[in-house]
This record gives sequence, structure tokens and C-alpha cells, in this order.
Amino acid sequence: MWLTRPLAERSTRTFLGVLFAALVIVTVLHVFTPQDSALHVSAYTVTLLGKYLCYALLAVAVDLVWGYLGILSLGHGAFFALGGYAMGMYLMRQIGDRGTYGDPVLPDFMVFLNWQELPWYWLGFDMAWFAFAMVLLAPGLLALVFGFLAFRSRVTGVYLSIITQALTFALMLAFFRNEMGFGGNNGLTDFRDILGFNLRTDATRLGLFLATGVALAIGFVICRGIVTSKLGRVAVACRDAEARTRFLGYRVERVQLFVFVISAMLAGVAGALYVPQVGIINPSEFSPLFSIEIVVWVALGGRATLYGAVIGAVLVNYAKTVLTGVMPDAWLFALGGLFVLVTVFLPKGIAGLVFKPKKAAAPANNPDSQEATV
Amino acid sequence: MGIIRLLSQLLLVCSLFWPGFAQAQVEDTEAQQLLTALADSSFAEKKAVVNRIASSGDERARGWLESFASNKLARIESSGQFIIVTDNRGRDWTVQSALTGENLGEFSRRDIDTVRVNNALRGELEDILSVIDLKSPDQSSRLTAARALKGSVDSALAERVPGLIDSEQSEPVRAALTEALAIYRVAEQGDLAAVETLSGSLNSQARAALQQAMRSDDPALVAAATKAMDSIEQKLTLNRAAETLYFGLSMGSVLVLAAIGLAITFGVMGVINMAHGELIMLGAYTTWGMQQLLPGQPGLALILSIPAGFLVAALAGVVIERTVIQYLKGRPLETLLATFGVSLILQQLVRTVVSPLNRTVITPEWMSGSVMINEALSLTLNRLYVIGFALVVFAGLMLIMRKTRLGLEVRAVTQNRAMARSMGIRATRVDILTFALGSGVAGLAGVALSQITNVGPNLGQSYIIDSFMVVVFGGVGNLWGTLLAGLTLGTINQLLEPWVGAVLAKIMVLVMIILFIQKRPRGLFPQKGRAAEG
Repeated sequence: MWLTRPLAERSTRTFLGVLFAALVIVTVLHVFTPQDSALHVSAYTVTLLGKYLCYALLAVAVDLVWGYLGILSLGHGAFFALGGYAMGMYLMRQIGDRGTYGDPVLPDFMVFLNWQELPWYWLGFDMAWFAFAMVLLAPGLLALVFGFLAFRSRVTGVYLSIITQALTFALMLAFFRNEMGFGGNNGLTDFRDILGFNLRTDATRLGLFLATGVALAIGFVICRGIVTSKLGRVAVACRDAEARTRFLGYRVERVQLFVFVISAMLAGVAGALYVPQVGIINPSEFSPLFSIEIVVWVALGGRATLYGAVIGAVLVNYAKTVLTGVMPDAWLFALGGLFVLVTVFLPKGIAGLVFKPKKAAAPANNPDSQEATV
Repeated sequence: MGIIRLLSQLLLVCSLFWPGFAQAQVEDTEAQQLLTALADSSFAEKKAVVNRIASSGDERARGWLESFASNKLARIESSGQFIIVTDNRGRDWTVQSALTGENLGEFSRRDIDTVRVNNALRGELEDILSVIDLKSPDQSSRLTAARALKGSVDSALAERVPGLIDSEQSEPVRAALTEALAIYRVAEQGDLAAVETLSGSLNSQARAALQQAMRSDDPALVAAATKAMDSIEQKLTLNRAAETLYFGLSMGSVLVLAAIGLAITFGVMGVINMAHGELIMLGAYTTWGMQQLLPGQPGLALILSIPAGFLVAALAGVVIERTVIQYLKGRPLETLLATFGVSLILQQLVRTVVSPLNRTVITPEWMSGSVMINEALSLTLNRLYVIGFALVVFAGLMLIMRKTRLGLEVRAVTQNRAMARSMGIRATRVDILTFALGSGVAGLAGVALSQITNVGPNLGQSYIIDSFMVVVFGGVGNLWGTLLAGLTLGTINQLLEPWVGAVLAKIMVLVMIILFIQKRPRGLFPQKGRAAEG
């Protein structure tokens, strides 16, 4: 089966081994070392690491479409945020009457805006299964509609990048509006508990961290499975020579649509796991800057490797945490410099620098690919 | 000899001034008498005195009556000197002489005796003041007064206005007076003949008067008023459409300015420059810097910023091209990422070096204000200038691309680089120059934008997506397409705004473009021929 095949690969096993080792080490250090020990991992750090893992899953999703399908999406933040909002809506409903205004049904911001009843699209989010299904369906549906329109009319390359950016920009503007019913500027926050567990306890935080780790592992295996399948090879063919693949009789737009939707769903899951850990979701997750930042994580780690995306996401975000803490002004310089340096000097990223990727996996730079991307 | 001549000249000068001096003395005793009469008479008599003052023809009469109406005309108890109080806060009041206008310093309010006025007189005074204005020798102040009269004519004034109309020489003043009188007659007397005068008037008071007439019992009057109202409504709709169109064109020209540089770098060279917005920002900051260098001369600074902004942005463009873009030739997605990095660096640079806060760019006097077309439509001057500037820049670029050697070489290199090089064109030099040109135009856009929007580190970011949309919508590599797309998008946005609000209008335009791209992936005017393949 295509999902079990990657488990037999050495590279996947290594990745999963490292990931699980990291999860176990962090858990052990968090639970079994005393608070004042130098080795102790605080709950804050656990949540921070959980956040990195969410970003890693998001980066894997972007690498799937950019690395293997040749579609540079500058709007994956939108899928991430939609997943996050679906989860945020569930968490809002879980607050119940413990909010500031004590309304059993309406979230605080709706009471504040004098809304009388719940909008229809908030119905059902009090049930966990429905909310979790929406985490997959909302981004998936957007990707399906958008991708269907775009791929059918063969919008590719730079054009696609720019309209994905316009998509997330439009969504950001929309979610900033109070009338949308998603909390406007402030977004959704003040969450209490998830599935009955209090979000503010260390145990829940550790649980979320571990869940994110498992989600990343599953997401990685799914992507790896797709990439190594026949469909994955057609996807790579689309990336390198779209026109030629089409002439060979493959339905390029269907392959593209399938991979794009899967990637959007993965991004949605990443967003859903992100929200309970950081405790807030607001429209800034839709900002074009965030979406393009994801791309640079992938570029730094190494495009079309999947594990490179994970490395890139964790490294860049660690650097961001450190730099914004030490000297906030320097962060944008560093990020901007990273964009330039990686594209000009490190086209294959860290993965290309450290490991020698197999020839077939690297994006070819032949005239055909230019024909497809220009 | 010399001394005698000097003395005689001195004498001559004195004799020349003497009669005038004497005259002023005489008038002032008269003025003193008038004001004394005003102060000492009873409220009943004051009305007559006021009329005497108004008809005295004294230039200062207006000031006296105005301060009298607002309780600021007063007399110093000890000397009987008449004063105008300029600041009546606190215990000591600042005053100036009512006769000479000379500043007399501060007086304790106990020493000051205010000339008393009541509400009946105040109402009276308002009319008299407007009549004084209407008799003023200056035509423009007569016109302002006549316009202000619309809707504020009362029965007392209505008797005097016809006389004023007859003696009035200037046509616009007379028209305004006639209209003011007609508004009074329609509203208060239900005058059928006056309704005719009001049909086609754009004044809101005229509409209010007609609405009042429409509610009357006289069917003939109602019919006439309804007819007049219809014609007004038609005219208003037309004016509103013209206003929307103007706002649309103005917004469109901003979009064209922001996008046209991109149309060169993206459309002609195929280079995705995400730092384009920041080049616009540099142009805007150049304007600000120029105004800091030339304090007190914002107009001159603005004009000098046009070449300066072009040069600064073009220079920045050359640096970007040489350090980043040239290594990424033929890899558009990588170029996009790298130039995005450059844009982040430029933004942060401005934040660190200048300030994270918005800077104030002064609008020179000749650019502020508006042109009044009629009472329902006035065009703001700065936007008018931006529209003109956008068209000039567009025409300039068109000329460069069509008529100069550079334009020819650029087109040649775009179409077939290898062939152009073998014909002896130095492709690298063309690349640099083209990129510099596109960037410089972004700088020009920044200079223009500094006049209509906030100048801050995020200025560029807010325009980059819109600019790309314009270029893509218009068809890559087509300057005419960019012009048309920019103007169209601006107008559509303005048409939608009153219906759905600014944010939703923007979202709808974005969604519309996304859908449009599905239908026509190559824009409004796709490139044809071999250059289009790729």
C-alpha cells in the first residue's frame, strides 16, 4: 500500500526516529527532572516546541506543492488560518457561559457587538467531531474551488503565485471585518479547554505537543507516500515539463488539484494544532508576509526533500524567537537577508549542502521547466 | 541750496498729506458720535443707529456691527474710548481700538463697559451685515455673501433683495441673489413663478424649499415643484456619477502610477520585483527628505523631488539588479523570493534609519483646495494633479519605449536575447537600464503618493499586490493594458464602495480579478506571437 511503502525507506525511518526521539526526550526532561534543574524543559518551552512542530507540518505541506508539483503557493497561510479558525470556533463554543458576559451560547465578542443569535456557520462547532472535520474540510474546500478554477485554465508559475497571494490578502481583509462574525481584529481568544482538558495545565500542553509531533509524523508519511507513488512521479513530471506531461496523456490539472487539496488540508491541521497552543487566532495569520515566510523556511531547508522543510521551519523559527527577543529590529533584516542568500547562494538549501539528494528528487533546471514556469 | 530744496520738498510732502489727515480726523469724530449714540440709546432706538452706521459707508462699520452682535464692542469707562475686545477670558481683557484698530493691551474688565445688545437686535444685525457684504465693492466678497444668503433670507431681507438685484452689475452675483430670493418665495409664499427659477438648481436649500412646496395644498404648485425636483434629481444623479468617475479616475491613476514601473520590469523584462513597493516608498521618503532640506518651500521641494525621487529609486533599482536579480535570470520564482527579501530589508532600513512612524509631507498651497465645478461637484486639486502626473509619466514611458534607441534595444532583448546580442546589443547594459527605468518610475509614483497618502515604512506593501493585479489584469508586457486596467480597477472599486464599503469593495475587486485570470490567464491584452510563448 502506498502509505506503508515509505515506512520501509531508510530516509523516512531516520526522520521518524529522530522525531520520536525528540518527543520522548522532551517529555522525559519535562516530566521527570526537577523544576530548578538545568536540564528541565519548562512548559513554556514545550509549547514553543509544539508551535515549531506546527510550523514544520505547514512547511511540509508547502514543500509538497512547491517541491514536487512546482506550484509556488504564496497563500498557504490562508489554509493554515482557516484550519486554525475552525479549531478556534470549537474552542470558543467550549467556553460556554464562563465568558466575561456569561452568555451560554454566544461568544463574548458577539455579545459585545450586540448580536442576538449565533450565525449559521457557527452552528455545530460545539461538537468536537464536527469542528475537527471542518479543520480538514474548510481549507480543503477552498483549495478545491480555487485549484479547480486555476488549474483548469492552466494558470501556473508566477501568475498562480500572485493570485494565491491575492487570495490570502483578500481573506485577511475579510476576516478583519467585524461583520464577518470571526471576532474581527482581535480574532478568537480566551480559550478554556479542549475535549474537556484544561488548556492552561502543563499536562494538556504536553499532550498537545505530543499530538503535534504525531500529526507531523503522519503528515510526513502521507506526503512521502504520495511522492513515491505513481501519482507523485506524474506530479514531478508536471513540475519539470508540464506541457510534455499533458501531451503524454496525463490529466495534469487533476494531479495538481489532488496534491494541492491534500496540501491545503495538511496546512489546516497544522493551524488547528497551532491555535490551542498559542491561545489565539487572528487575521494576521492570513497576512501575505506570513505565507511567504513559510516558503523561505522550505527554501532554506531544501526544496523537494520534505525533511528539509522540517529543518528549515524549526531553524528559522528558532532564530526568530531568539532574535526578536534580543534585538527586535534585526529580525526583518535577518529574514530579508535569508531570502536573498538562500535563493542566490543556496538553491538546494541546507539539505543540498549537508546531504546529497538523489538526482531524480532535485528540481531539474532544463529549458522545459522554464517553459512551464515563466 | 541743498537744505532749502530739502525743506521745500518736506513742506510739499506735508501739504500733500495734510488734507487727508484732516479728513480722517473729521470722520473719526463722526464715528465716535455714531458709536456713542449706539452705546447710549435705548434698545428701541438702537435699531435706527445701527442702520445709520450701516449706511455710513465707513469701512470699519462691518467690524463694529459684528463685534456689537457678539457682545465684543465696548467702551472704556474712564476715557469714553470705543474698543473691540479680542480676548475676554480671565480677569483682564485684551482690547483694540475700535477706531484705529491699534492694539491697546489689557484692561481690567471692571473698567470696560460693554455696549449692550439683545436677541431682537442680533437677528436684525445679521441681515444688515449681509446687506453690507452685498454692497461691498469687491465682487468676490459680494458673491460669497450672495451664496450664503441662500436659505437664510427672511421677510425683512426679502424686501431689500430685489433692489440689490437691480443695482447688481455682476452676472453670477445676480444669479445667486435671484436664487436666494426664489428659495424664500417658494418656501414661505409658495410662489409659482419662483419655482421655475429653482428648477435645475443644485443648492440643498433650494431642494428643501421645493420639498416644502410639494407638501402644499395648491395642486398647480405641487405639480410645478415636483417637475422642478425631477429635473434637479436628474442633474444631481449626473453630478454624482461625475464625482464617482472622478474618484475612480483618481484612484485608477494612482494604481497606474504604482503599476507602470512594474509593467516595465515584470512585463518587459520578466523580472518579478516584489521590492517594487519599497521603491515607491523610497520615492515618497525622498519627497519628505527634500522638504526637510528646504524648509518653508514645500512647493519647490516637491518639484525638485520629481527628479530626485526618480534618481534615488533608479539607483536602488540598479543596486538590486546587480546584487541579486542578475544571478537569478530565468528563475522567476526564485527572483520573487529574493526580491521579497530585499523589500523586507528596505522596509526595516527605513524603520531603523528614519522612524517607524509616519512622516508628514506638506502639500504646497497651489496643490491644496479644490476646483468647484458647481454646488454639487467640486474636484480636489491634489488628486487632479496626480491624474495629470500619471498621464504625463505614462506618455513619457510610451515615448521612451517606442521612439528611443533604448526602447528599441529593450524590445529586441525581450523578444530574442541571443539574437539581439549577436546584433551587437549589450544585453547586460540594457537589463540594467531597463530595471533602472522601471525603478525610477516607481520613485515618481512615490513622489505623487506622498501627496495623497501617509508616508510610512508600510507604504509600499499596501500597493504591491494591487500593482501586480493591475499588470496581470492588463496583460503582461503591455503598457496600454496597464493604463486601461489601472483606470478600470480604480473606477470599479469606487463604484462598488458606496454599496458595500471600502474593504468589501477591495475584496470584491480582488476576487473579480482572480476569476478573470481563470477566464483569460494572459490578461486583457495578451501578448501575441512568439514572444508570448514561454
